Amino acid sequence: MEKLDTNCPNTWCPGCGNFGALQAVKGAIEEMIASGTAKENIAVVTDIGCNSKIADYLNVNSFYGLHGRSIPVAEGMKLANPKLQTFVFLGDGAALDEGISHLIHSAKRNSDINVILLNNRVFALTTGQFTAVSPKGLKGKSTPEGSIEDPINPLEILMASNASFISRGYALKVQHLKKLIVESAKHKGFSFVEVLQPCVSFLNNMQFYNEKAYEAVNDDPSSKEKALKLIKEWDYDSEEKVPLGLFYKIQKPSYEELMNKVKTEKEADILECLQKHS
Amino acid sequence: MKKTKTVPKEYSILIGGAAGQGSRMAGLVIAKIFNRMGYNIFIHEDYQSLIKGGHNFSQIRASSKKILSHKDEADFILALNEDTIKKHKEKLSKNGTIVFNQDKISFEGGVGVKIETIAKESGGLSIMSNTALIAAFAKIAGIDWRTLEDVLKKEITKGVEKNLEIAKKAYASVESLAKIEKIKNKPKPLLTGNEATALGAAKAGLENYFAYPMTPATGILHYLAGNARELNVAASQLENEISVINAGIGSAFAGKRTMVGTSGGGFALMTEGVSLAAMSETPILIVNSQRSGPATGVPTYGGQSDLLFSLSSGHGDLLRFVAAPGDAEESFYWAGKLLNMAWKYQSPAILLTDKDVSESTFSFDEKILNKVKKEKFSEWSGKGEYKRYLNKANGISPMAFPGQPGAIVKGTSYEHDEYGISTEETADIVKMQEKRLRKFEAMQNEIDKMKEAIEISGNLKSKKAVICWGSAKGAVKEAAEDLGFKVIRPIVIQPFPERQIYEALKGVSKIISIELNSTGQMEYVLNGCGIEADQRILKYDMRPFTAEELKIQLKKA
Ligand SMILES: Cc1ncc(C[n+]2csc(CCOP(=O)(O)OP(=O)(O)O)c2C)c(N)n1
Ligand code: SF4
Ligand SMILES: [Mg+2]
Repeated sequence: MEKLDTNCPNTWCPGCGNFGALQAVKGAIEEMIASGTAKENIAVVTDIGCNSKIADYLNVNSFYGLHGRSIPVAEGMKLANPKLQTFVFLGDGAALDEGISHLIHSAKRNSDINVILLNNRVFALTTGQFTAVSPKGLKGKSTPEGSIEDPINPLEILMASNASFISRGYALKVQHLKKLIVESAKHKGFSFVEVLQPCVSFLNNMQFYNEKAYEAVNDDPSSKEKALKLIKEWDYDSEEKVPLGLFYKIQKPSYEELMNKVKTEKEADILECLQKHS
Repeated sequence: MKKTKTVPKEYSILIGGAAGQGSRMAGLVIAKIFNRMGYNIFIHEDYQSLIKGGHNFSQIRASSKKILSHKDEADFILALNEDTIKKHKEKLSKNGTIVFNQDKISFEGGVGVKIETIAKESGGLSIMSNTALIAAFAKIAGIDWRTLEDVLKKEITKGVEKNLEIAKKAYASVESLAKIEKIKNKPKPLLTGNEATALGAAKAGLENYFAYPMTPATGILHYLAGNARELNVAASQLENEISVINAGIGSAFAGKRTMVGTSGGGFALMTEGVSLAAMSETPILIVNSQRSGPATGVPTYGGQSDLLFSLSSGHGDLLRFVAAPGDAEESFYWAGKLLNMAWKYQSPAILLTDKDVSESTFSFDEKILNKVKKEKFSEWSGKGEYKRYLNKANGISPMAFPGQPGAIVKGTSYEHDEYGISTEETADIVKMQEKRLRKFEAMQNEIDKMKEAIEISGNLKSKKAVICWGSAKGAVKEAAEDLGFKVIRPIVIQPFPERQIYEALKGVSKIISIELNSTGQMEYVLNGCGIEADQRILKYDMRPFTAEELKIQLKKA
């Protein structure tokens, strides 16, 4: 068995949903390695936030980037070395506030990266302010009377951005989440796994998810209509049921595949270019 | 005894029109005719931030000597629109000629040619009237038909026959008024600073380029995208400059030589990435092509007002290479050199160009080609346990890349231990900060030893020295050489080549600082080394210097 732990002490709060996610991620990586992925070809890019500490806890290649900017780093890596199985771990603040443009464009260009959103619906590491997906009325230190903004549904944004793989798991359903991660890694093109991740310190919605989250059955993940129906079932504010699973999946060429078409083994031919200039 | 100077054969041509009329392309064709005849070329482009209308012009200078700046005075003014005559006729030289589009302009004097009628009667497109203007000019200037035909055949990609027919008619419609002679020189490639930058980086092993369009750096993106196969470079346009720099860093972290390009406003967005590259020790070459500021400024005009910003870009204690080329050959050389140094020192490097280097066209001496190659960097031996931030004496930790068997490569924006695991321990923090400091020292040592970090020219014995940088090179050199001044030009500006500057200043009693900004940013850098300028010539109308105007000012010095 591969040693996937590091010697870095884990500093997440006891009971944090990130532990479940870490377990699922490790399980997924083990499974990938067991079925033939070389460990050196696994690369993790993380953002900044509680979730992103996962870079320190995984004994694999990693790049621990800046807040909101993990997605472009991963795109650059994938373009440079298409053999890499490139995971991005980032929080809701990173993906949907600071760096939302990158998320949209990465989905649009179908970059072959696996984006894992650890969604605790709060800026946790900065001690609990509202994000784009916080429930309206969230009382944080920056909104003592409750946040006044409605949350957005990120999966609807991803559908509108032409993402080719959209799914949702729950940090406490480790086996189910592991499967989703493995599947997302197999997907050629942009894949997105939202992980509902309770933050026991600032927004403990564990009980709500335990009651309302269910594994939805989707017999046709290529149907936009069916995907949207599942995606709209829960609006990040109501007490409705929360579907989990693979919502949408289609195949199309990846950005890196198309961009790297110009590449050959030969060196740059400067003289050929200069001929056009005299 | 004074040596008599040989008067150079030299011509200056101004061609202007509204945006969309194609004056720039026509100017380039004219430059290529002179190039074919053995002349050295410089073209200055003046255009506005609009797509149709307005007034654009190119100033082409062709000379038997090497030239790096344009001339105010024009021997020929070629007018596609009336504005060209109105705005520039005062600049016509004593024996100069105005050739104009007689279908659109009524003007007494000069030679009117019905270029639109000629194009129409031959059944050509209206843009082909430019061919008629070029041909009429060629005849008036006494350039033989063969030369004109050769150039047109090479430059025109669509409708060659039709264009030649039009050219023939226009050529026949006018009389020769001059006889421009051929010179015994081999034609050289004509390159803009942007094109040279792209080629220099490619020569040093560039594989990925990322950018978001912004004048005057956009030409690099266009050129690399247009020559992707020849140069083996993928040129990606991403959603914004923040994405660009971060993707660039990701690409380099995964092992590919990478460059990004922008201008001041986009560079402002990239600065968090400068800091990230420094902390994660990821090599990245950033082209910052200055235009006038602050903010949007005058988007298509030049200036040198981002020097201090570039020198201090990125938060935290860090050092970056900053070099400012003064022409196309230097753009080629320094793009390659900086890419190599970024890799050698695993650091951000900034190629600080400006509009008048990036978008001007230069005769390019191919001798520079062999001076750039892909140089070695510190690579992991493959033996033992890999530590991305191994605490080496010179501060340079060997690089491995994700995908390399046997290595776990952990890059990070966080302060870290040798493995790249985050740390908040004082001992670790000090150790890594000091590792980076030793690397900065090594960077300074490299520049201290580097002869080409500055250029000294003009009268080396003069007690009067001009200090300038970047695109001011061409006009300053020409003016100072004529007046017998010494010219000292730092090319590498960070780490600052202090030793070479002191050496160059030996025996100098008067320093004149010349810059295209309003606050004297290079002077500020010099002050930091205890060097004070005695006089300053600053220009901030966002237009480049000419040797003529500098001579007037320098004569007073
Ligand atoms: C550019 C920038 N702005 C702000 C911060 C401060 N910051 C650190 S973590 C964080 C929020 C993280 O929220 P999220 O992405 O949801 O991650 P979580 O901590 O909830 O896992 C912020 C704003 C930063 N590091 N960088
Ligand atoms: S603050 Fe919340 S998200 Fe962060 S470690 Fe604690 S429980 Fe987890
Ligand atoms: Mg969060």
